[in-house]
Amino acid sequence: MKYVKGLKCRECAREYPIEPIYVCEFCFGPLEVVYDYTKIKKVLTRRVIQRRPKTLWRYKELLPIDGEPQVGLNSGFTPLVKAENLAKYLGVKELYIKDDTVAHPTLSFKDRVVSVALTKAKEFGFDTAACASTGNLAHAVSAHGAKAGFNRFIFIPATLEQSKILASIVYEPNLVAVDGNYDDVNRLCSEIANKYRWAFVNINIRPYYAEGSKTIGFEIVEQLGWKAPDSIVVPCASGSLLTKVWKALKEFKEIGIIKEVETKIYGAQATGCSPISTAFKEGTDVIRPVKPNTIAKSLAIGNPADGYYALQAVKESGGAMEDVSDDEIIEAIKILSKTEGIFAETAGGVTLATYIKLLKEGKIDKKDCTVLCITGNGLKTAEVLNGKTTEVYYIKPNLASFEEALKKINEKRRR
Amino acid sequence: MPVKVLIPTPLQKITGGKDVVEAEPGKIIDIINALDKTYPGFAERLCQDGKIRRFINIYVNEEDIRFLQGEDTLVKDGDEVSIVPAIAGGSH
Repeated sequence: MKYVKGLKCRECAREYPIEPIYVCEFCFGPLEVVYDYTKIKKVLTRRVIQRRPKTLWRYKELLPIDGEPQVGLNSGFTPLVKAENLAKYLGVKELYIKDDTVAHPTLSFKDRVVSVALTKAKEFGFDTAACASTGNLAHAVSAHGAKAGFNRFIFIPATLEQSKILASIVYEPNLVAVDGNYDDVNRLCSEIANKYRWAFVNINIRPYYAEGSKTIGFEIVEQLGWKAPDSIVVPCASGSLLTKVWKALKEFKEIGIIKEVETKIYGAQATGCSPISTAFKEGTDVIRPVKPNTIAKSLAIGNPADGYYALQAVKESGGAMEDVSDDEIIEAIKILSKTEGIFAETAGGVTLATYIKLLKEGKIDKKDCTVLCITGNGLKTAEVLNGKTTEVYYIKPNLASFEEALKKINEKRRR
Repeated sequence: MPVKVLIPTPLQKITGGKDVVEAEPGKIIDIINALDKTYPGFAERLCQDGKIRRFINIYVNEEDIRFLQGEDTLVKDGDEVSIVPAIAGGSH
């Protein structure tokens, strides 16, 4: 049974059929998938969802596919960790980590969006999948595309960390490193997508791909015992994830899975690339592009495609936006690791550091039930911690040498 | 050497399927209006009230015109103009 009605322009409401297109021909507004919620409401209930395998596909009626899922059959449904140590450390009441550092198989939330994008690409009959990426998306398209049998073209900024390059090339896609930043890569890919009939997951497949992000929102609600939290903090690059998490909560209300949504959505950016947060603080809807300069490379999009909608979602929900420095990002990565044992990539540092800042500013209540979206694994950006961690104790392989080190450790503890 | 203008897929219906068109040098906004004479409807799709629409990014020689002089950015002989829908890319 089909639950998708078609595509619709978010700006001028013109309707389009389900095709690999992504912008309105008339006003260039983004196209969005339209569902038949009346039909979905009849089949998708809490009980139906709970009986299904613990993957992102348990909400498949709210995802834009026509047939059965074909890609990412083990992806999604990551842990929602009750962060008691971190809550105590920060003096807050109830705090959770939506932990996509352990997303299957490539350790970031991009496994979700790519599962949906490549299933859709198969339905459209594409044999080549492509993407412009700051790293995480490259890994997900490379890996899922390998298993699903796609020829793959992956475009990345040439300055990407070596470890991120390796985590793509191992799946043997055609990896193309472009001399420029993400915005340059993105523009080039738009030009390439005009010419080659490939499934560019974040260009011509974007309306479908972006829907995959909703599964983070669905899972948060389910894992909290079918309730929406008071506040959610979401990292923003293009602004798409934040927009979709908000949409997920509203859809669950629409089909009667939850009664109320009183959640406030908070957007997190790195100060070195904060066009959306800047617009929020200046009280304008106009997002001025910036040249990114931050260690949070997975968020370094100076020209955020969904920035405008992310702003609207934050405002509509009564939330706020904030941005944090590179030092605050590193400190937050360390805090999350030592309190909760979760090693997040720089984007996760951005999320936690922003939460801490919003708490200090009194913009998030300490009594709130808050969820932090931690979207990628720390091993992907380990370089940023070079020289910033505690010291290693190097010893000789004998007891005396160990005890000498132990003395130092104990002295340090007493201090 | 004229100015080369790269046309995105959603605009190619207006340009008769062409993905590259040529134009005379001048300000971005004047180039758009000049192309509208050859390809009626061209300017209306890209502009609203004389301003480039929010969902369109225009680049001159790979630089976003918002980092240059916006609609008044001067385009010289041999320059390349690229029109890109703003919504492409990203997902975080």
